[in-house]
Amino acid sequence: MGIKWDEFFVTGDPLIFASQIGIALTLVGALAGLTYFKKWNYLWSEWFTTVDHKKIGIMYILLGVVMFLRGGIDGLMMKGQTAVPENDFLNAQHYNEVFTTHGVIMILFVAMPLLIGLMNFVIPLQIGARDVAFPQLNALSFWLTVSGAALFNISFIIGGSPDAGWTSYFPLAGKEFSPGIGNNFYAVALQIAGAGTLMTGINFVVTVLKMRTKGMTLMKMPMFTWTSFITSIIIVASFPIFTVALALMTFDRTFGTHFFTISGGGMDMLWANLFWLWGHPEVYIVVLPAFGMLSDIISTFARKTLYGYKSMVISIVMISVLSMLVWVHHFFTMGNSAGVNSFFSITTMAIAIPTGVKVFNWLFTMRKGRIKFTTAMLWALAFVPNFVIGGVTGVMLAMAAADYQYHNTLFLVAHFHYVLIPGVVFPIFAGLYFWWPKMFGYMLNEKIGKWHFWLFVVGFNVTFMPMFFLGLDGAVRRAYTYSAETGFGPLMMISAVGSVILAAGFAALVYNIYWSARNAERNIGNDPWDARTLEWATATPVQHYNFASLPEVTKLDAFWHMKKNNELRPLAEDEIEEIHLPSNTWIPIYMGVVFGISGFLLVFEWTIAAGVAALGILAGLAFRSFDYDEGFHVHKDEIFETESKWRKGANKGVKNHVS
Amino acid sequence: MKKSKLFLVSLTSIMAVLLLSGCENNMVVFNPEGPIARQILELINFSIALMLLVTVVVFGLFGFIVWKYRERKDNMDYEPPEEHGSTVLEIIWTVIPIIIIVALTIPTVKTIYAIDEIPKGYENKEPLVINVTSADWKWIFSYPEQGVETVNYVNIPEDRPIDFRLTSAGTMQSFWIPALAGQKYTMAKAETQLYLVADNPGSYVGKNTNFNGQGYAGMEFEVLSQTQKDFDQWIKDVKETAPKMTLEEYEKMLEPSHLGRKTFSNTHLDWVDHSDPHSKNYTNPEMYDRGHGWPGKIFEDKDNYKYKDGNNENSNHENNENMNHKESETEDSHGGDHSGH
Repeated sequence: MGIKWDEFFVTGDPLIFASQIGIALTLVGALAGLTYFKKWNYLWSEWFTTVDHKKIGIMYILLGVVMFLRGGIDGLMMKGQTAVPENDFLNAQHYNEVFTTHGVIMILFVAMPLLIGLMNFVIPLQIGARDVAFPQLNALSFWLTVSGAALFNISFIIGGSPDAGWTSYFPLAGKEFSPGIGNNFYAVALQIAGAGTLMTGINFVVTVLKMRTKGMTLMKMPMFTWTSFITSIIIVASFPIFTVALALMTFDRTFGTHFFTISGGGMDMLWANLFWLWGHPEVYIVVLPAFGMLSDIISTFARKTLYGYKSMVISIVMISVLSMLVWVHHFFTMGNSAGVNSFFSITTMAIAIPTGVKVFNWLFTMRKGRIKFTTAMLWALAFVPNFVIGGVTGVMLAMAAADYQYHNTLFLVAHFHYVLIPGVVFPIFAGLYFWWPKMFGYMLNEKIGKWHFWLFVVGFNVTFMPMFFLGLDGAVRRAYTYSAETGFGPLMMISAVGSVILAAGFAALVYNIYWSARNAERNIGNDPWDARTLEWATATPVQHYNFASLPEVTKLDAFWHMKKNNELRPLAEDEIEEIHLPSNTWIPIYMGVVFGISGFLLVFEWTIAAGVAALGILAGLAFRSFDYDEGFHVHKDEIFETESKWRKGANKGVKNHVS
Repeated sequence: MKKSKLFLVSLTSIMAVLLLSGCENNMVVFNPEGPIARQILELINFSIALMLLVTVVVFGLFGFIVWKYRERKDNMDYEPPEEHGSTVLEIIWTVIPIIIIVALTIPTVKTIYAIDEIPKGYENKEPLVINVTSADWKWIFSYPEQGVETVNYVNIPEDRPIDFRLTSAGTMQSFWIPALAGQKYTMAKAETQLYLVADNPGSYVGKNTNFNGQGYAGMEFEVLSQTQKDFDQWIKDVKETAPKMTLEEYEKMLEPSHLGRKTFSNTHLDWVDHSDPHSKNYTNPEMYDRGHGWPGKIFEDKDNYKYKDGNNENSNHENNENMNHKESETEDSHGGDHSGH
């Protein structure tokens, strides 16, 4: 295959060269550090081979935070480039690569891992289960996501980044107009990560249906469990579409077929349809669990049960159905008949109805409550006004005739950032502050948290509000530069300043994580927020078997009622039984690595080598099918010791940490 | 606690000020220069008014509830009531959004249908057909009736419906003249259509909004609306003075590049109709090589114009500066019918 090293690595750009050196140094430093502190064994046995849903959840979150850094730097570079007219910080090609990777990373490698991470950690606890339905599959999902993320991320130093936008519209994304391998990274990396996500979807559908504890009927599930369940169903319904679309894209790009290319009878709009048939539900895949988190957090800090629980459930089901019926609103301008555009206008606007119901239910959950302004609650509160702006502009965009003027402008960009940041990122932050003590046994600092909150929320509004007006003035998205005569300069500059404030907010979060890990108080009991759902009914941080005896549920907000009725009693020694848990396994991480290697070879179009490497996948599957390890039992003594330790201290002599 | 209220109030007022100022400043969407853009603007204004109403109600309710039911030093003992919902209230806030959506749907659907046709009041004027072909990264305007062609600018008579027939020679673009009408995609081997009328003589910006690679940002054109007399005179001048374009020149023009304005006294429609599903491809894959990173295989279709008359030679191969393709790389092109070697 004649490797040409001068083309293998991306060369010629000082920014990228600096990153290459930085990445190499970080890698060497990390490897050296791990070896020096003898942490390899710990990492391998406690984390890399784990099948514990809590650890997998935490690793997902770590992946999401790291990717947030990467996607955020991409965003800052874009804002830096467009801050002034005719800037030459980035050239057109580099800018195209940056906005493409920004979009893909933020949606697929930030929002998804953070949400799936929180789902992983919280859902089994909320339904009173010891694990997810398929723990080893869960680990496999995670390592495939890591594998996809790693493959996608190396593109900018090795081989060249994708540059056709996160939507990768054909014919631009085809070989006719994007030769080189940049866009192969898109097709292959997302395929691998998408397989992981699909398996997560299946896993959580089964987990929620089959693993609920005694008495927890569907209509007694906490809202986060409900939304995650519906999200998992949408994943199962929509990700196969993406899988097929990406496979066809790979054929077009690697083997010269003509599914989407304009030559040889291909149909470019087929890609757009398939992409958005997945891509629009994807928006709800990330937004719905976030809605669920908000519901739980708002009811906790308003000290009230969720208002209109039943209509909340109905509305998320409605949203999930409608989410599959609106994809054409992404290309109202492709020359559909007026009838088609009218139909999709109406279905799209209809989504505002269940969403509006939810907003009012949240407001009325707080009514007559006693609202505590913890950092988690501030994020949940900030969601409402900001998301409403995103929502109403969404309705404006849904009106096809009006969309002819907004389409592909910065108005659209502002809209979806107003939906995705308050609708996904704010709730994720809320969830992190809320569940952090459950994960690690200490809280994130509330004071630094408030800095994080105010900088981020103000920065967000300063960044994206001007874009509405720029769009209405005719500024198009994805343009790397503009002339001074357009008059976009001042608002673009304000927007750039906002992005710096936004970044400072994120920096405050990172500092908070560091500060709290070192300094936060550890004696916080198992229920620091006076919360309502079952995940708070066990130790903090959660012991590896979750619950010594599985709780029984009679009502919504089960834990709240247990507290009120004094049903939380110490566990008697004779009530303890051995607990069966699955063993750690190296197969998931091995599969991740093999998928990564064969994916990498496929990206470079070394198809035979990729095929050979893919035999490793079969080997892993074969090995798994001969794996008769049936797990292990946690001994009674260990359970008794652990349980008496935390139950003794539970909520006694613990400072109230809620300010 | 106070901060959140303060923040809310300031956010609301900033929103309102910006939105209201938006209505009277010079943002192009709010200054339509023709009936189509005006119809769209009416719809936009209507939706802004309704949405502002929604926003104000929700913000007000939100501010009120968060303020009134906040935890204070003196209500620490207050234990909120068990409250599960209210069917009546929930029906109310389901029905109100439905009403709002219906109120938006009716004018939306009407406008969708209306702007698909020649605007009211102009039905008796015969529309001027202009074929628009987008290519990387330029706009080609053909006047089939007049037999002239322009690049990166288009002159139109005022007060007369213009019937744009849109197609693309390669990537997908979006044709947008915000002051005159909304946008439509241009796609190879397909045709979309856009009507517009300009009220007055004047110069307007047109652009591509659909990302199509490196030259995307510069893909703008000028729309010059003239009086009928000036337009006729311009056509006459073009017929007399502009050069004729050859097929070879045209193929060269379709290569990825930025061009200035050009004018011709014939049209490319004599040779090719890009909107025909069976038309040849004028793609030039090797010229899109990014010049960094690992080269991939290039696939070229047998339909490509370069294979015409069995001629495999790409005459433009050597002298294009965008092109970083080297003969030494061809060993990697084993998978496709790579032209030029």
